[in-house]
Amino acid sequence: MKIWRQKNSKEKGKIVNYEIDEISEDMSFLEMMDVLNEKIVLDGGDPVAFDHDCREGICGSCSMFINGEPHGPDRGVTTCQLHMRKFKDGDTIYIEPFRSRAFPIIKDLVVDRTAFDRIQQAGGYISINTSGNTLDANTIPVEKENADKAFDAATCIGCGACVATCKNSSAMLFVSAKVSQFALLPQGKVEATDRVLNMVKQMDLEGFGNCTNTGACHVECPKGISLDYIAKLNTEYAKASLKK
Amino acid sequence: MLKKLFNSSIGRKIAMALSGIFLIVFLTQHFLINITSVFSDSLFNWLSHFMGTNPLVQFVLQPILIAGVLFHFVMGFVLDYQNRKARPVSYAVFSGSKNSLMVSRYMILSGAVILSFLGLHFYDFWIPEMEYKYIEFKPDDPNRYHHELVEKFQDPTKVVFYCISFVFLALHLVHGLASSTQSLGTSNRYSSLIKKISYSFGIFIPLGFCFIAIYHFLSH
Ligand code: HEM
Ligand code: SF4
Ligand code: FES
Repeated sequence: MKIWRQKNSKEKGKIVNYEIDEISEDMSFLEMMDVLNEKIVLDGGDPVAFDHDCREGICGSCSMFINGEPHGPDRGVTTCQLHMRKFKDGDTIYIEPFRSRAFPIIKDLVVDRTAFDRIQQAGGYISINTSGNTLDANTIPVEKENADKAFDAATCIGCGACVATCKNSSAMLFVSAKVSQFALLPQGKVEATDRVLNMVKQMDLEGFGNCTNTGACHVECPKGISLDYIAKLNTEYAKASLKK
Repeated sequence: MLKKLFNSSIGRKIAMALSGIFLIVFLTQHFLINITSVFSDSLFNWLSHFMGTNPLVQFVLQPILIAGVLFHFVMGFVLDYQNRKARPVSYAVFSGSKNSLMVSRYMILSGAVILSFLGLHFYDFWIPEMEYKYIEFKPDDPNRYHHELVEKFQDPTKVVFYCISFVFLALHLVHGLASSTQSLGTSNRYSSLIKKISYSFGIFIPLGFCFIAIYHFLSH
């Protein structure tokens, strides 16, 4: 294995070689990393730092760029859902952190993705009364098609694979999902104009690149977020700019 | 309002798409005129004379076109510079070919080849035209265009360079046309149709230009 090791955000990192064997094909990629780290610790070394939490594809923290692709060669999965049977005995596996100016490296494979949080915060709140006299969600009718689309958009787990794989480090797929999940619903329409303007403004401030419509983000997205949302984001943004 | 729009990443992409589509419209018009040179000297001469002398074309459309080309490639370089800056440390292994098409990843390269072609093309046709009309004030000759065109395509290296550039134009257009509709917000629901149109147009028009160049080279 060739793994990117970097002590902290300031120091320069480098690729370090490791060998590992007796890995079961039923192991997940992260379990393999655990085995490797145990070995490193037993040898008195510093284990490879990597992000993980749920280990079931819902938290989006397990960011690893494996053999040139975020979350490795499989489709529709996160690194924690990737199995070792996707690799062959004797393979060389490159593991790098997600790279983008907006995602500075904290240590080894751990990157700081708070840029995504700041974009979502810039989107602001939704004026729904939640203080005691909450309305039942079903009192506001929602077109089935829009409800489905909003739900699909909301499956984005904010993992950052779209940014990592984009040749331009563009965050458009993520932002488009976060804008669309609200813009498609009547409850989200109230603040829709400010929301899209502020989120895109924050996205630009964070230093992500521009979209070239290569479509790599959609292919690598563990949730298969559609490029449709980027088209929607473009129109939402254009409409909002013309209004304000 | 508009200023804010075009200061944002999405606004710049919309401007890029609009200028790209504008260039595509121009390219189609240019092709339709050129193709007449293959079957009718007189029609080609008439059209060229009209385009070359009509004040609306010369003093309104031509400056707009030049501005459009300048805007498109300057913005292309600006976006590319920003995109490179967005990833200061590059990956040791990057498998771009597993998730996207080469043509979409190298727009700046195909664009740069087209730009160098435009340099040669201006030198070949546009500068002599401007000299003829506005510097030397030569007499108006409505029948000179066709044989001037044929003469220019007698040099085989030029024909080869033109054709190579048209290949790069095709590479630029097959992604560019579909991409511009996405930038302008067309839904992916139509994307397979848009892709088909984009591929057909992107291959047909440059191929047509190649055909015209080779035809005049061989037919002489
Ligand atoms: C007749 C000539 C040209 C035509 C018809 C044309 C057309 C297009 C179209 C339709 C797009 C898609 C816009 C979008 O993705 O929204 C595009 C993108 C692009 N063009 Fe051109 N183009 C031409 C010349 C050039 C030249 C000379 C350059 C010089 C560098 C250039 C550089 C680019 C770049 C870099 C992009 C991608 C921008 C991005 O999406 O990030 N193009 N072009
Ligand atoms: S759009 Fe997909 S790849 Fe991007 S952050 Fe959301 S889930 Fe991850
Ligand atoms: S650890 Fe939560 S998605 Fe992988």
